[in-house]
Amino acid sequence: MAAITPGRAYGFFTDTSVCIGCKACEVACKEWNELPGHEPAFGDGYDNTGSLDAQNWRRVQFIDNVPDETMSAGQGKAWLMMSDVCKHCKEASCMEVCPTGAIIRTEFDSVFIQPDVCNGCRNCIAACPYDVITQDEDKGVAQKCTLCYDRLQGDMEPACAKACPTESIQFGPVDELREAARQRVTDLHDQGVTEARLYGEDSDIYGGLNAFFLLMDEPEAYRLPNKENAKLPRRNNLGGYLGTLGTAVLGVLGGLIALRRRREPVAASQAEPEAGE
Amino acid sequence: MIMSLAQAQHFVSAPDWTWYILFYFFLAGLSGGSYVIATLFRLRGDRADEPVSRLGYYVAFVALLPCPLLLTLDLGKPLRFWHMMWNTTPGDAGLSFKYWSPMSVGVWALIIFGAFATVAFLEALVRDGKLRLPVVRLLEGALGTVVAVIGAVLGLFIAGYTGVLLAVSNQPVWSDTWALGGLFLASSLSGSAALLLLLLRYRQAALVSADKLIVSERLYSLLELVLIVLFALTLLQAGTFGIAFGFPWLLLWLVAFAGLAPGIYGLATSWLTVKGEEPAAPAHASSVATEVRTPVMTSVLLPALVLLGVLALRAAVIFSIH
Ligand code: SF4
Ligand code: SF4
Repeated sequence: MAAITPGRAYGFFTDTSVCIGCKACEVACKEWNELPGHEPAFGDGYDNTGSLDAQNWRRVQFIDNVPDETMSAGQGKAWLMMSDVCKHCKEASCMEVCPTGAIIRTEFDSVFIQPDVCNGCRNCIAACPYDVITQDEDKGVAQKCTLCYDRLQGDMEPACAKACPTESIQFGPVDELREAARQRVTDLHDQGVTEARLYGEDSDIYGGLNAFFLLMDEPEAYRLPNKENAKLPRRNNLGGYLGTLGTAVLGVLGGLIALRRRREPVAASQAEPEAGE
Repeated sequence: MIMSLAQAQHFVSAPDWTWYILFYFFLAGLSGGSYVIATLFRLRGDRADEPVSRLGYYVAFVALLPCPLLLTLDLGKPLRFWHMMWNTTPGDAGLSFKYWSPMSVGVWALIIFGAFATVAFLEALVRDGKLRLPVVRLLEGALGTVVAVIGAVLGLFIAGYTGVLLAVSNQPVWSDTWALGGLFLASSLSGSAALLLLLLRYRQAALVSADKLIVSERLYSLLELVLIVLFALTLLQAGTFGIAFGFPWLLLWLVAFAGLAPGIYGLATSWLTVKGEEPAAPAHASSVATEVRTPVMTSVLLPALVLLGVLALRAAVIFSIH
């Protein structure tokens, strides 16, 4: 691959159709970023990572679609596997709400939490629609995938992409990845794999995700909000403040009514029938 | 927004805002609400209402004191609390203010409101003769009115923005409604009126204003009830009603409703008048007993219930998504 140049947008194309669930990405990420392990999470499937969090910046989701009674082979649909990661959203919910300015967009167009600026308010955790961030218990700050910021600065691709044996995780300039992804989805459709679809490669989802996916099912099946539900936190500013304003006006009015009533104890008894409304 | 029956999709994790934040919301609401009520009494009440107004300003200040501490303790890095105001990003250092992030706006509002609450507190001390501070004279005329009004607007903001802060996220329940800011504000007002009623017993001179406080509390409770209904309706539409109102949170909502009961009951039975407000009238046997009993009931137990409801309401909203 050509040299990694600042000023260009880099990201991941994660092609879930070839993921074999080996977790090499998880291991490589932990090794490079010196992330501690934690208690395995035992659920229904083969996933013992549980969720993305401060210590797990890649997580292979195992989605069990195995029917109770099998009449035929799974045809690649019985198990869906997907190596999940921070999407490095173009319009990032986490960055939008962060009050300290700790979350920045780097020269590689990735979304990066500066560990020395973050004060651990956890507003970004409330905001990220993909359940990516949590707070590191020991360091007290919010952590997530950095797109291997340090490796990029040293002209190396991120550890997970390097380790992935099936090229399910591809790293590169976002525009090139998008082209490759569109080609891939066309090829799959030509082969009759009609359920293949791209998620986040165009601006429909948070202005475009720098880490986007080829999925084999609806986005919701992978815990990714669909187009209608991928909305930024700030959508609620206007309604929230207007609701507060309306309440403030009515509240002050109520207070004034309570005070005025006492001045003319009898006269105004019928005057304000709509008091609290 | 177009009505959609499909359930809103949420895949987020919760931010672990728990006890510190609960009590911050509670106290900030009471502080802002008390300032507002105190200002209403000072500007629109009569002379006799001045003691309750000062009481309100005392409460506004004292309730606000723990707030910065609670917020700081909640941080993962408490010593970096000042990063909220000063962005330390290398090469991009400067004041930190984002009008679209309620947490950022709230920090600044809290600081400015803190200044107003402090001024009002000192002014009340001077007027009560507990402190000598000649500069306070400046606040006697129009300037005082302007200051009180701006402070009250900030108080309204402080009491309500916390709900907007929750809504500006992608959390279930919180981000599914526009009603949270109003709901917190209304419950702050009813809670503040109740708290002042509770404290009247320590300030005899303010007792004359009790009836007005009782009537305010009723109207604020009605407002709060309307907002709870709106809140519930917005959640029903988003399909997250069950998260906020399901078991065990339902129990907290029951406490919140119990806190509304005195106000709503008073409104239903006696509208804007207060029974027992003519103690001078010749009493027949039973009303003597009532008069002895009423004070404890109406001046301690019921206000305490209202306050408990205010706390329970916030707890239900905060904890149900965790
Ligand atoms: S996926 Fe979440 S953490 Fe990553 S950039 Fe988007 S909002 Fe931020
Ligand atoms: S926890 Fe850190 S990165 Fe997240 S919003 Fe707060 S200051 Fe910003």
